[in-house]
Amino acid sequence: MTVVRYRDALNEALREELQRDESVILMGEDIGVFNGAFKVTNGLLAEFGEKRVRDTPISENTIVGMGVGAAMTGLRPVVELMTINFSLLALDQIVNHAAHIHYMFGGQVKVPLVVRMPQGAGHQLGPTHSHSWEAFFLHVPGLLVAVPSTAADAKGLLKAAIRDDNPVVFIEHEYLYGQRGEVPEGEHVVDFGRAVVRREGTDVTIVGISRMAVTAQKAAETLSSEHHVEAEVIDPRTLRPLDLDTILESVRKTNRCVIVEEGWPHGGVGANLAALIQEQAFDWLDAPIGRVTGADLPMPYSKPLEEIAYPHEPQIIAAALATLRDT
Amino acid sequence: MADHPLPEPAVAKGWLASMMLIRRFEERAGEMYAKAKVGGFLHLAIGEEATIVGSVGAMREHDYLISTYRSHGHALARGTSPDPVMAELFGKEGGLCRGRGGSMHMFDLERRFMGGYGIVGGNLPLAGGFALASDYLGTEDVTLCQFGDGASNQGTFGETLNLAALWKLPVVFMVTNNRFGMGTALERHSAVTDLHKRGEGLGVPGMQCDGMDVLDMFHVTGEALRIAREERRPILVEALTYRFRGHSMADPEEYRTKEQVAEWRLRDPLITFGDRLVAENVIDADAREQMDADAVARVDAAVAFADRSPFPSPESLYDDVYVTGGQVRGWYSVDTLHPETGSPDNIVTQSETGAVPQAMTQALEAGEDQ
Repeated sequence: MTVVRYRDALNEALREELQRDESVILMGEDIGVFNGAFKVTNGLLAEFGEKRVRDTPISENTIVGMGVGAAMTGLRPVVELMTINFSLLALDQIVNHAAHIHYMFGGQVKVPLVVRMPQGAGHQLGPTHSHSWEAFFLHVPGLLVAVPSTAADAKGLLKAAIRDDNPVVFIEHEYLYGQRGEVPEGEHVVDFGRAVVRREGTDVTIVGISRMAVTAQKAAETLSSEHHVEAEVIDPRTLRPLDLDTILESVRKTNRCVIVEEGWPHGGVGANLAALIQEQAFDWLDAPIGRVTGADLPMPYSKPLEEIAYPHEPQIIAAALATLRDT
Repeated sequence: MADHPLPEPAVAKGWLASMMLIRRFEERAGEMYAKAKVGGFLHLAIGEEATIVGSVGAMREHDYLISTYRSHGHALARGTSPDPVMAELFGKEGGLCRGRGGSMHMFDLERRFMGGYGIVGGNLPLAGGFALASDYLGTEDVTLCQFGDGASNQGTFGETLNLAALWKLPVVFMVTNNRFGMGTALERHSAVTDLHKRGEGLGVPGMQCDGMDVLDMFHVTGEALRIAREERRPILVEALTYRFRGHSMADPEEYRTKEQVAEWRLRDPLITFGDRLVAENVIDADAREQMDADAVARVDAAVAFADRSPFPSPESLYDDVYVTGGQVRGWYSVDTLHPETGSPDNIVTQSETGAVPQAMTQALEAGEDQ
C-alpha cells in the first residue's frame, strides 16, 4: 500500500491506462498546458504529448460528442468536464447520444467513453459550480455511473471505467481531491457493481453516496462512542450497476436504514434507493427509511449558508437515531 | 445546371437507378405510413435524391457517412438493402436496427453509414469524433457529415467547425440547404443565408453546389473529400436543394406556396438527369422505364420482406441497453410496469440478458402495453 491523494490516484489511473492502451486519449478544457483545473491530469501532456492529451475549447457538448464519435470508431476517449454543472451543456451528447446509440442502432456499435467530472459543495462557488447530480445520471439507462469516495476506488474504478465498453459518467468530488488514502501497489482495478461495507455494525445501515460515504463513516464513529449505536456503513461505489444485494443483506440484518447524499431530495438517489429497499425488504424494516440530503435549493455562496445547505455528521447522527426511536 | 460531362455509362446509369430507388422507396414508405404500417415521424427525401446520390457517390468505401433523421436514402445510396430499411420503418426484428431506431435512426456499420440522428445538430460532434479517430489512427478515411440548414443554427455547428479546423480533421461538413428548418424559411431563421460562408470565421472555407444536379454534387463533394483527405483540413459544402414533400408526413405545408414547389419540381433530378441520359444516348426511353419498373419491384420486395419479418420478441426488450459481459452482467432495472408490492420477483438486479421478468413477458404477450 502507498498513501496518495485522491487526485493523484486518478492521475495514476490515467497514466497507467494511457501506457497500457494506445487507443486511450484524453480531452478536456485546460487538461494539458494548465495541467487540469484540479490537477488531475498533471504532467500527462508532458509525458504523452499533444496527440493523446488534448486541450479543447470551451465547448462541452462538442467535446463529449467528439468523444462519442471517436469511441464509436475505435478509440477509448476520456473526456474531462471542469465541474458537473458544466455537464448540463453536454447532456444532449451524454443522454441522447452516448447512452442511446448502442440500443437505438440495435447493438451494432459500442461507445466506450468515459466522461469525468467533479461535484460537490464546500468551496463557496455558488449556484453554478457546487451541485451534486449523480441522480441525473443514475436516471439514464445505458450509462454506467461511478461515485468513488476513496483514493483506492478513484484509481480502481477509473481504470475499470476506461476498459469498459459502455459509456461511463465518472463523478469525482472536489473535496475529496485533496484527501489521502491507501492505494494497493501495482495493478489495481475495481469492478463496477460491487458495494463495499466501510464499517460493520448491527443497529442501523447507513448508505453514503460519493463524499457522504466518508461523512457517514465519521458519523458512525460518533454514534458508537456517544450513543452506543453500531452503524453499518455501505458505499455503493457505483450507482449503475447498483449492488442492491449488499445493501439488502445489511438492511435485513439491522432492520433500519438511512441514505445520505449531497444532492437534492426530490428524485434523488435516496428516493430511488428507499423505493427499492422497501419493495425488496419491507418485512425486515422496523422503521421508516431515513434520508439525509442536500437542501432543496441552488447552492448559496455565503459560507454559513453553504455550510447548512449540505449534510454533515450531526444530521446523519440524528437520522440514524430517529430510526431507533421507540425500540 | 453546371456543365459537367457525364461519367462512364455504368456509373451514370447507377446514379439514376439509385435516385429512382430512393424516390420509389420514399413514395412507398409514405403509403405505408398512411396505412399505419409505419409509426412515429416519417421524413421523406423526395426532391433531395441528387444531393444524396451525388455526394455519396463521391465517397470511398471506407469513408464514414453520417446524416440526420431524413436518412433512408443515405442508407440506400450507401448500398444497404431496401429490405432492412423498410423493415426498420415497420418496427420489425428484421429492421436495420432491429426495430429499435425507426425512421429517424438508421445505421449500417458494415457500410460505414454511421447513422441518422433525431437531434438537430447532434450529429456534427460525432462526425468530428469519427474524423478524430481516423486522424489518430493514421488512416485515409474521411467523414462526410450531412445536416440541414436548420442545424446550422445549433451551437454544435460553430463548436464542431472550430474544433475540426483547430485540429485539422479530415471531415466534410455538408449543409443540405432545402430552404426550410421544418416550417421556418431560411430567410426567417438565418441572418446570413449564404450558409457556405458561415464557416469562414471558424477556419472552415466553404463551397456551394447545385443539390438538384447529381453531377455537380459528385464533383464538388469529390473535391471537398480530396481536400479533407489530402490537405487534412475540414471543408463546408452547401448543397442547394429542395424537398418536394412536407417536412414530415404530419406537415400541412402552410409555410410555402404551391407555386414555389411547382417551380422546384421543374428541376426534379430524376427528370433532368434521366432526360440527359436519354439525350446523350446512354439509355433509351425503354431502358429508362425498365429501370423505374425495377425500382418499383425492388421496393415491392422490401415491403414484402418487412411484412414477413416478425416484430421483436418481448424477451428482447432489454437487449443492447448495455454491452454485457465483464463487469456488466445484464441490465439493472425495475419492472414498475407491473408492480406487485413486496414481491421479490418484481425487481431485476443485474440479471442475465434475456431474462425478462415473467409478469412483463406475459403482459406484453397479452398486449397490455400497446
